[in-house]
Amino acid sequence: MTPMAGVTDPDLLGDLSGLLTDEQRQFAALVRSYLDDQIRPHLSDWFEAGHLPVREIARGLGSLGVLGMQLSDYGCVGADPISYGVVCTELEAADSGLRSLVSVTGSLAMFALRTYGSQQQRTEWLPALARGEAVGCFGLTEPDAGSDPAAMRTTAHRTPGGDWLLNGRKMWITNGSVADIAIVWARTETGIAGFLVPTGTPGFTAVDIPRKMSLRASITSELILDGVRLPADAVLPDVRGLGSALTCLNEARFGIIFGVMGAARDCLTTALEYAHTRQAFGRPIGSFQLQQRALVEMAAAYTSGVLLAHRLGSLKARQGLRPEQVSLGKFANVSAALGIARQARAILGGSGITLDYPIVRHLLNLESVLTYEGTHDIHTLIVGAALTGERAFT
Amino acid sequence: MKIAVCIKQVPDTWSEKRLSPSDATLDRAAAEGVLNELDEYAIEEALRLKEGHGGEVTVVTMGPERAADTIRKALSMGADAGLHLCDEALHGSDACATSDALARILAGRGFDLVIFGCESTDARMSVIPAMVAERLDWPQATFAAEVQVAAGVLTVRRQTEAGVDTVTANLPAVVSVVEKINEPRYPSFKGIMAAKKKPVETLSLADTGIEAATVGLAAAWSAVTDFAARPPRAQGEIMSDDGDGGRRIADYLVTNRLI
Repeated sequence: MTPMAGVTDPDLLGDLSGLLTDEQRQFAALVRSYLDDQIRPHLSDWFEAGHLPVREIARGLGSLGVLGMQLSDYGCVGADPISYGVVCTELEAADSGLRSLVSVTGSLAMFALRTYGSQQQRTEWLPALARGEAVGCFGLTEPDAGSDPAAMRTTAHRTPGGDWLLNGRKMWITNGSVADIAIVWARTETGIAGFLVPTGTPGFTAVDIPRKMSLRASITSELILDGVRLPADAVLPDVRGLGSALTCLNEARFGIIFGVMGAARDCLTTALEYAHTRQAFGRPIGSFQLQQRALVEMAAAYTSGVLLAHRLGSLKARQGLRPEQVSLGKFANVSAALGIARQARAILGGSGITLDYPIVRHLLNLESVLTYEGTHDIHTLIVGAALTGERAFT
Repeated sequence: MKIAVCIKQVPDTWSEKRLSPSDATLDRAAAEGVLNELDEYAIEEALRLKEGHGGEVTVVTMGPERAADTIRKALSMGADAGLHLCDEALHGSDACATSDALARILAGRGFDLVIFGCESTDARMSVIPAMVAERLDWPQATFAAEVQVAAGVLTVRRQTEAGVDTVTANLPAVVSVVEKINEPRYPSFKGIMAAKKKPVETLSLADTGIEAATVGLAAAWSAVTDFAARPPRAQGEIMSDDGDGGRRIADYLVTNRLI
């Protein structure tokens, strides 16, 4: 075989596209071409302005079949986990904000409705969410309850007439202020329950969180529930306590395991191109040993991360994933992606901190991904408990 | 209405195109093959006509085995069936042989309309639609910016340097479209999954009755006798502005007939 020479596609080293079926490759190519045409040219402007046209993008992605693609029926595609994974990779290669939009819609709001919702709730909302004509969000985290969701203070009380009254606050809610519906988790007399809350209900307010320096091309809101009155059938009937909410999170975390490798790929591709073209001391900087070591470390971490994601994807398709397996994937791949982004940023020198290149955008975004959908520390301790049989937290 | 869309696999627009040293034909294996961009507009127009009038859309291509990917893409956009003329003997065919082959596989299949993109990004000759129409002895309406069909009559608007022509013809007819005509849709995941189950008929030369001696490189009416790689780009001309910079730039543009 002829040795490779001067590639800028990091997938070539491990022939990673060979992991995919034709159909998975076509899904990924379709999403990539849509993003290249419609989204990528605007990303740095949106990031700088702290803006994302969520509804327009949801309709675009919905028409391709991205939203809730891993679910079956109700207008969803019914794709396998690796297909969903490679689509998340393409989305996050553009921006973590886009993957967040899709994670929240498909893996959280739609997954919750599909798994725990009534027939009527599913029929009314899933097809519209799949087409991107409606937008959903998911309210679990609170200002004072993040890693410990059981400490949530949001309550749902039954009125004598059978209605529900919701009170409380939810924090860091992606899509919050643009959503048509929120899946809200609240404490009831009989345990934690999930509710389908139309965001137009009186007493529901969503306020965007300002001054974010990460996920700027993503809408993040605080939800305020002040005496939100819902009919009896607003509850998700098949929810069985907090575990149901955590099951949704495991779905979203699975998408992250693949997604962050997209951000890593974009950083590595950019760094490789830069190392080929940028000259110092009369030579391309890629000819220097220190730059080569950085690029090799990045390529090795990237290839390992993609392989881990695919292993978890095929396990999920065959037999489902245990929570500690999902945690292992998020722990390993978010760290790897952050490390790659930091190394890429250094290779680009000053250019690495401007929005003319995607690196600093990915780097800042990944700082959010490190702690959302389960913090890095919590995932560490979930894997730690699985290895030692000792739980470091309860 | 039965519509055929003739499509072509071309080297990716952004790739470096090379000629094979052995026979001076385009080295198609050296670059990723993609659906010719203008053909996407032809497919879109066919799908819109089908959505308005009913019927079915068949995509037709002549090309090597991997050109089947192009058919697959058209099917994932919503076309119903594919027809692939694939034979080693066709390698190097010129426009005369290509139009002959296409006309033969299009004839007798009951098509009401054949739609082409107005040119391919590799050959850029724009003659195939007209040649196919002549061989079929059907009317041709090329470079269409708008296509309508009513009561068996085709009406096409075409933008020319002099103005806008409105052309009518009886069906069956051949149309080529320009990129102004529509905005091609993206395929969808469901379209990609459905495409796997749609019928694609693959034909060899023997199936078409075309004699191998009349097609291919040896039968081409013109021959490439020699070629050389494009010389590297020369250093541009640097003008320093001594107060007359604007005039000198304008002169340069006029001299090079750019304005």
